[in-house]
Amino acid sequence: MNANNEHKKYLKKLKLRTIKVIFFQIFILLLFIILWQILSDKGIINSFLCSSPKKVVNTIISLWKSNDLIIHIWVTLKEILISFSLGTIIGILFAAFLWWFPFASRVLDPYLTIINSLPKVSLGPIIIIWAGANQQSIILMALLISVISTIISVYVGFKQTNKTSIRLLQSFKANKFQIFTKVVFPSNINTIISSLKINLSMTFVGVIMGELLVSKQGLGYLINYGSQVFNTSLVITGVVLLGILTSVLYFIILFVENKLKKEW
Amino acid sequence: MELLKIEELSKNYLTKKKVICALKNISLSINENEFIVLVGPSGAGKSTILSIIGDLEKKSKGQIKFSKKNIKVGYMFQEDSLFPWLTVLDNCMLGLKIKNKITKEDEKYVKMLLKKYGLSNFEKSYPKELSGGMRQRVALIRTLAIKPDILLLDEPFSALDYQTRITVSDDVFKIIKEEKKTALMVTHDISEAISMADKVVVLSNRPAVVKNIYEINMDNKTIPSENRKNEKFNFYYNAIWKDLDHYER
Repeated sequence: MNANNEHKKYLKKLKLRTIKVIFFQIFILLLFIILWQILSDKGIINSFLCSSPKKVVNTIISLWKSNDLIIHIWVTLKEILISFSLGTIIGILFAAFLWWFPFASRVLDPYLTIINSLPKVSLGPIIIIWAGANQQSIILMALLISVISTIISVYVGFKQTNKTSIRLLQSFKANKFQIFTKVVFPSNINTIISSLKINLSMTFVGVIMGELLVSKQGLGYLINYGSQVFNTSLVITGVVLLGILTSVLYFIILFVENKLKKEW
Repeated sequence: MELLKIEELSKNYLTKKKVICALKNISLSINENEFIVLVGPSGAGKSTILSIIGDLEKKSKGQIKFSKKNIKVGYMFQEDSLFPWLTVLDNCMLGLKIKNKITKEDEKYVKMLLKKYGLSNFEKSYPKELSGGMRQRVALIRTLAIKPDILLLDEPFSALDYQTRITVSDDVFKIIKEEKKTALMVTHDISEAISMADKVVVLSNRPAVVKNIYEINMDNKTIPSENRKNEKFNFYYNAIWKDLDHYER
């Protein structure tokens, strides 16, 4: 067999393997939905408590018809985007501050550690008292949850910048600002992108937590309202929509990551 | 003509537990266009001498006297430290960019160097597309771009495999001679030192003192890889080998 043929066969095998993986991924999802439907149709599980795929679809349709669907998704999305971008910007700026002033970073180290391990949800009630029962509280909550981990992971990246690269710039008599903009920041693009992923999931936790505590609109509100009126279909619909929203945003970040990484 | 004079240079490192004396009364003089190599056991403080000359570290005692004012120092390290997010050309312009003064002439000079040393086809490439030897040449051109009066080479070939190392040291040697630069190189490789240097300075274990200075006089001295075959090569090798304190730590 010549090498070309062998390579073709190898590629075919790889492709087949990928197709198999995707097939089973979809298969599991479909199996789950079908089983769920059958079990609730047969009355084996209580469809009042566990809802059913048909009920979820009907709920989505009725939400769509009453124009509520887009509003709830949009409110949650907006809160996520605002706190995500604020969290990223503030996190990176603060990490830069810590890198710039090693003394400050030593002083603040125990505080960051404590705040990072503190369950921020416990601050929820006080945030509502401070910021009021409105969207600001939700954004503040999400920000509080996401920003600390961003600060810590980006700062660790900044601190681990290749020492020789920094010495090289020093040998060119670069000042601290140049060292930051020419080496420290660009060499940490990958660190920053991977911190975005963590930041995104943290922001989701924060926004939903905030919406559960205080809100009049949004997917978290939908879930909370559904549980209060014992409409489990509404609760599960909220969770499903949230799942779709997370995946969409996550894939956008993956796309951006691939774009940026490919350059070098 | 003398370019640099080091007098009674000492350096102590302070740690919590103790004071480590790295250099002790090092005196050395370097003439223009001379290629001087410092050899010594690893950890002896060879690199510290370069750092102090390059103003990356403070000295504890002694004098560093340059014969001219506003002397420019170019540094080359063991790692090439090419930035993967910059093209070859932008990497070479890095030092100039930091000094915030890129004239048309500077750019021309850099492009000329790239062309002269066989890299002009790679101007717009990224470092990952280059071989180890090419990367080290780019690193040297990045250093030469600022037109330094003296080059400080800190184990510049240590990260390369043996064969690349021999060819790259030929390349770097030729470039340095061709551009008429003064160079001070640090290495722990005796053969490399003899094959490249005009003068080899042997340093002792820590605290480093100058043990011996050899003027390398060979008939038909040429490029490093050929010098290794010179009949006097072994003579110098044996002499320097004996000077280094082996197994004493």
